[in-house]
Amino acid sequence: MTKIDAKIPVGNLAEKWTKFKSSVPLVNPSNKRSLEIIVVGSGLAGASAAASLAELGYKVKVFCFQDSPRRAHSIAAQGGINAAKNYQNDGDSVYRLFYDTIKGGDYRAREANVHRLAEVSGSIIDQCVAQGVPFAREYGGLLSNRSFGGTQVQRTFYAAGQTGQQLLLGAYSALQRQVGMGNVELFTRHEMLDVVTIDGKARGIIARDSVSGALERHFGHAVLLCTGGYGNVFYLSTNAMGSNVTAAWKAHKKGAFFANPCYTQIHPTCIPVSGDHQSKLTLMSESLRNDGRIWVPKKENDTRKANEIPEDERDYYLERRYPAFGNLVPRDIASRAAKERCDAGFGVGSSKMAVYLDYAAAIIRYGKGEANKHNMHSPTDEEIQSMGKAVVKEKYGNLFDMYKQITGEDPYEVPMRIYPAVHYTMGGLWVDYNLMTTVPGLYALGEANFSDHGANRLGASALMQGLADGYFVIPYTIGAYLAAEIRTPSMSTDSEDFVNAEKAVRDRLETLMNIKGSKPVDYFHKRLGKIMWDECGMARSEKGLKASIKEIQALQKEFWSDVKIPGEIDNLNPELEKAGRVADFLELGELMCIDALDRNESCGGHFRTEFQTEDGEALRDDEKYAYVAAWEYEKQSIFKLHKEELKYENIKIAQRSYK
Amino acid sequence: MEGHLNLTLKIWRQKNTQTAGKFETYQVSGISTDMSFLEMIDVLNNRLIEEGDDPVAFDHDCREGICGMCSMYINGRPHGPNRGVTTCQLHMRSFKDGETITVEPWRASAFPVIKDLVVNRSAFDRIIAAGGFISVNTGNAQDANNLPINKDNADDAFAAAACIGCGACVAACKNASAMLFTSAKISQLALLPQGQIEAATRAQAMVAQMDEEGFGACSNTGACEAECPKGISIENIARMNREYFSATFSSK
Repeated sequence: MTKIDAKIPVGNLAEKWTKFKSSVPLVNPSNKRSLEIIVVGSGLAGASAAASLAELGYKVKVFCFQDSPRRAHSIAAQGGINAAKNYQNDGDSVYRLFYDTIKGGDYRAREANVHRLAEVSGSIIDQCVAQGVPFAREYGGLLSNRSFGGTQVQRTFYAAGQTGQQLLLGAYSALQRQVGMGNVELFTRHEMLDVVTIDGKARGIIARDSVSGALERHFGHAVLLCTGGYGNVFYLSTNAMGSNVTAAWKAHKKGAFFANPCYTQIHPTCIPVSGDHQSKLTLMSESLRNDGRIWVPKKENDTRKANEIPEDERDYYLERRYPAFGNLVPRDIASRAAKERCDAGFGVGSSKMAVYLDYAAAIIRYGKGEANKHNMHSPTDEEIQSMGKAVVKEKYGNLFDMYKQITGEDPYEVPMRIYPAVHYTMGGLWVDYNLMTTVPGLYALGEANFSDHGANRLGASALMQGLADGYFVIPYTIGAYLAAEIRTPSMSTDSEDFVNAEKAVRDRLETLMNIKGSKPVDYFHKRLGKIMWDECGMARSEKGLKASIKEIQALQKEFWSDVKIPGEIDNLNPELEKAGRVADFLELGELMCIDALDRNESCGGHFRTEFQTEDGEALRDDEKYAYVAAWEYEKQSIFKLHKEELKYENIKIAQRSYK
Repeated sequence: MEGHLNLTLKIWRQKNTQTAGKFETYQVSGISTDMSFLEMIDVLNNRLIEEGDDPVAFDHDCREGICGMCSMYINGRPHGPNRGVTTCQLHMRSFKDGETITVEPWRASAFPVIKDLVVNRSAFDRIIAAGGFISVNTGNAQDANNLPINKDNADDAFAAAACIGCGACVAACKNASAMLFTSAKISQLALLPQGQIEAATRAQAMVAQMDEEGFGACSNTGACEAECPKGISIENIARMNREYFSATFSSK
């Protein structure tokens, strides 16, 4: 059994990072100039890492499959970014952010990494402001904060409902500055199709130029995968159409262990599926649960319109089941509760797979508040409605507009219909404290790694982690590896290892093109998505998972004998790109089911129906499952489990309760 | 309520940058009014694949109106008939049964066609690389609240920073000018104290790069503002001109 070593520095939790930074080997400036680093992916993690490493003097190459680094899906994050600044004087601290993150992750994250994340969180805000990121401000000119789920302080910084966009454009600007200075070479419309390893170390990649179809070999002393999550294994998710697991999966097959693949975040408030034609799902920010009330009819299969159902015939099931937290329970719990009601036959809308998120009460409450402010003693109902709607518009206007564009219904007049959707993946490539995978020289940053969120991520923490990894962690930790590489000259890409790697990639593309079957790629992707959603989504069972593994294996065979890819191999061919990604999703899906089957407990986003309390809550088993499941690829459908024990020395483990 | 449409599509097909393109006509039927415009093209493409034809290449990614990748010129307007939305957020309920819809790529010499509806917008990346940043290396920042910023300026900077870089402004302009795009970034940074230090060099460098890329001049027709899916204001162009001329007059 290969030993996995997380390389966590010794010493007190709060001093580990400081001591590490003071003792990690350094690379002097002239040596940095001859060390080359490949960064794959240009989202928050990739852009911030590439810019910061180039500023230090390393030679950096950045690859992204989109037409510009600014398109990476970090751009779509809405709500905000957490940081332990304690600007609100409400008792926040590094320790509290650390504690909330570990608890929110249902005690399945690594203490040392999470504490470091909390430590650097404040510097992220400083850096972003210095770059000109226009965060929301108060009239006094200082930064504004709001609160998110799973916390009792206001530590979320935001830029309207477009925080991810503004942070990414900040990192993109820093990256483009280095491109302009010649320190970063940019490869857009390029997709990484394999990692090249030489003598066990990552030494480069094979990339395909999407426009010409040409395969390229690129050398690097180190390779950083900043390629995001794999939610699109479910076909429908809030991810972008192009988001994929290919880079991480290729790394996995070259020896990088894949950790906790079954930990998936299903976000409770998304616009529901409207038909078979649907290509993606759209998130409605968690912030809407501050004011909206979630309900379904008390009567099964009720066909009345929402506004025709009287108050006493509505079931506000979150308020009923969780009186202490009500509509603001964490994401995993809100999602499961919605599914339970719909499965029991109380769902609404034409598909019956939706619940109402209702603003009627909030509109009246805000309207009356406005009337009081303006000394109106007997306002009419119309006046209350109009003033209340104005307040809601100011707070949530862009989300209400988006809902109206997509559904054609006006959420100011009728309740929104919402349903949970796949949003984020906590699992990812296993990394040690230095963010290095089990392949020396190969790193994973941001959502692509597994390290900080345990079994459930808290809102506004994904942006924090992506930027922490890129701006403040990797510039230090990469020195631990590169300091020993200063005598390694740049390698020719004509070596046998590079040539063979390119040939394997070419063979696979040609095999795909030559199948000439009868079904488009989407057909297989949709079928995989349905299996994953039904059996490895919000509720999982031993029986269902075992059956799914067989079904997925059969689907893999069908794909490789019947997929139909049009066009040419040496031209822009989106279907060929999609086919390669779906082939990898088909293998990942199998591993996710294997991982979910291994974990005989429920925790965070992983809910096994056999392991629940009498009231249907998740039942953890800390005795047996307080470990990171790190899977090694052996051969097709065969994965070997390695366990990293999670030790909690600074936090007392407890059962989560929100009642 | 969901309805269904039968439509005639006239779509620009072009194999690559070197070859000439032309319109092809396709019929699609039973299109749900709940579909987005891109999902309607997905339906067409899956049919073309099954029939053995090459599907229509088009850029798209987030499909929620923020990444700026989708870029269709529909019935003579960038992102189609509705104001304030990208193509991915345009839904088929905006069209009538039996309608003929013409779909073209962005047309600008600085945005060469790569294939069908896909164009090369890397000129925008080069304009940003020329000066669309504040020169602050990671780790150099002071505490964020040591720099209070007037809320109105911060809000205006945010409004300019909301640009998604899709290029609709260029496609809408009869001169294919990139003034709205370039001015949005110059404005955002000029409105903030952090951006003041490099304001003059930034305006000059970005405008020079914009000209070098082959974008046209601005003749103040305002089509860019009208077609911008994010409502970026042409006041930004006026601010850019002020920044640019004051930089030119005071340059050494």
